[in-house]
Amino acid sequence: MTGSDYVLEAEGLTKQFRGFYAVNGVNLKVRRGSIHALIGPNGAGKTTVFNLLTKFLDPTSGRILYNGEDITRSGSAAIARKGMVRSFQISAVFPQLTTLENVRVALQQPTGLTHKFWKAEKVLDSMNEQAMGLLEAVGLQDFARVHAGELPYGRKRSLEIATTLALDPEFMLLDEPTAGMAHEDVSRISALIKRVSKDRTILLVEHNLSVVSDLSDTITVLQRGEILVEGDYETLTNNPDVREAYMGTGHA
Amino acid sequence: MTAAKENTQTMSTGQKISNALSDRRVHLAGFGVGILLIAIAPYLGLYPIYLMKLLCFALFAFAFNLLLGFVGLLSFGHAAFFGMASYISAHTIKVWGFTPELGVAAGTLVACVLGLAFGSLAIRQRGIYFAMITLALAQMVYFFALQAPFTHGEDGIQGVPRGELFGFIDLSQTMNLYYFVMAVFILGFFIIYRAIHSPFGQILKAVRENESRVTSLGYNVTALKVGAFTLSATITGLAGATKAVVFQSATLTDVHWSMSGEVVLMTLLGGMGTVLGPLFGAGIIVTLQDYLAGMGSWVTVITGTIFVVCVLTFRRGVVGELTRMLRIHS
Repeated sequence: MTGSDYVLEAEGLTKQFRGFYAVNGVNLKVRRGSIHALIGPNGAGKTTVFNLLTKFLDPTSGRILYNGEDITRSGSAAIARKGMVRSFQISAVFPQLTTLENVRVALQQPTGLTHKFWKAEKVLDSMNEQAMGLLEAVGLQDFARVHAGELPYGRKRSLEIATTLALDPEFMLLDEPTAGMAHEDVSRISALIKRVSKDRTILLVEHNLSVVSDLSDTITVLQRGEILVEGDYETLTNNPDVREAYMGTGHA
Repeated sequence: MTAAKENTQTMSTGQKISNALSDRRVHLAGFGVGILLIAIAPYLGLYPIYLMKLLCFALFAFAFNLLLGFVGLLSFGHAAFFGMASYISAHTIKVWGFTPELGVAAGTLVACVLGLAFGSLAIRQRGIYFAMITLALAQMVYFFALQAPFTHGEDGIQGVPRGELFGFIDLSQTMNLYYFVMAVFILGFFIIYRAIHSPFGQILKAVRENESRVTSLGYNVTALKVGAFTLSATITGLAGATKAVVFQSATLTDVHWSMSGEVVLMTLLGGMGTVLGPLFGAGIIVTLQDYLAGMGSWVTVITGTIFVVCVLTFRRGVVGELTRMLRIHS
């Protein structure tokens, strides 16, 4: 652990698409050990910020520091190896691999086995116990041999979190982890996020405000690519600008 | 592990059977039978030359399928590796006096280097752009083969002596040659089979299913794909170099773009992404070419028609459809 209070610091983060500013001058600091939520109306640039931070997009200008190290020009895979791992908005599982194999894909990454095309895949069985542990953590232990493509939607999202957790990331970025989920799944995922946040920092984009209020220590509201306001849930609910942006009315 | 126990109980019969089918022991037993069949095939009335051609093309299709079926990359330039390896093997054996195994090794090595170079250049492109770049690079190899003095242009390299394997096994004896080709085929097949079922192959499959996710988990996807491309080119070279020994020649046909098309056809017809599909695809195409040889350019029309029917009615290919039917009916 480095001494800095912040895991991630983005300064003046800007992304321009053909003259349109999707993200404009965003300054974002994520405090170590916190759960930080990024909210805002549709098209506010939340996912773009996510893609910029995880280097799936290159910023037009601005600087990103991860643990004090400048990662503005690093590749997505490189920052993942440094402990900053993301999930995706559309559930990103490997549909034709089993649930167990999905988790093993992540577990295999730090092992250095990957380029060994002459080894039998049996060597991967040594990871089964650890993979089962992760599946149990998200309630998927009974589905270990099922192809991920056959899982119901909510379970796919759980699997994605298990896969992300398999890398034991210091900093987890979750893109709408409860989007499109049934109510009971939402509370399960929400509880799961709370549980796994113990020894790490989490940044999440989320539409479900009850999840946000439940989990987040800090909330940043984005609007038209810029930060509207930042604070805890109490502060935000009393802020007229937020109401305006979110409800489209000045009174509620 | 109680979880694992529950897991078997909740599995449907279909899943149990498909799990059993993918069982390593079942695979090994299948390979044993397969090897035996290949070994005795010439004694069942099949022409050894036809069988050797089939084995070379099947190996070519296996190598191609590694890329198309397991990484999701459509290369349209594999004739470059097949043809170039066949030229190198023919030239080194005929002019430099290499023994057959050294000639084949030289051809394979050149295909490997060429594969690494082409792979590194093309891999950052996706989909149709990737296919176009591989095609363009392969066309450059074609023109090289047309112009370079050692390939003898339109004539090709003819009359390559079969020589003596390791200096003492006479390959001009057809059955000796047959078992040499069989050994090369088994070696190539096992390298590919192992690569598919290795930690490397596991990540390749993941790349095929969701490339961004693999990147986000910290993998250098570009390096993985270049690796797979190089491996595929190498085994393609092994097939091409061996074919030159069998037919005692290397010609422009092997390096022509239509050869790249033929291997796509074989792979799709047999079932891309299945382990044994390419063998069946190559079998169908080679058999058609042999039996319809008298019909001239009608062969192309007939294979074309078969391809259209295949794409319209059984997209998974012969082996893909059979596996699916087995799963449904059990």
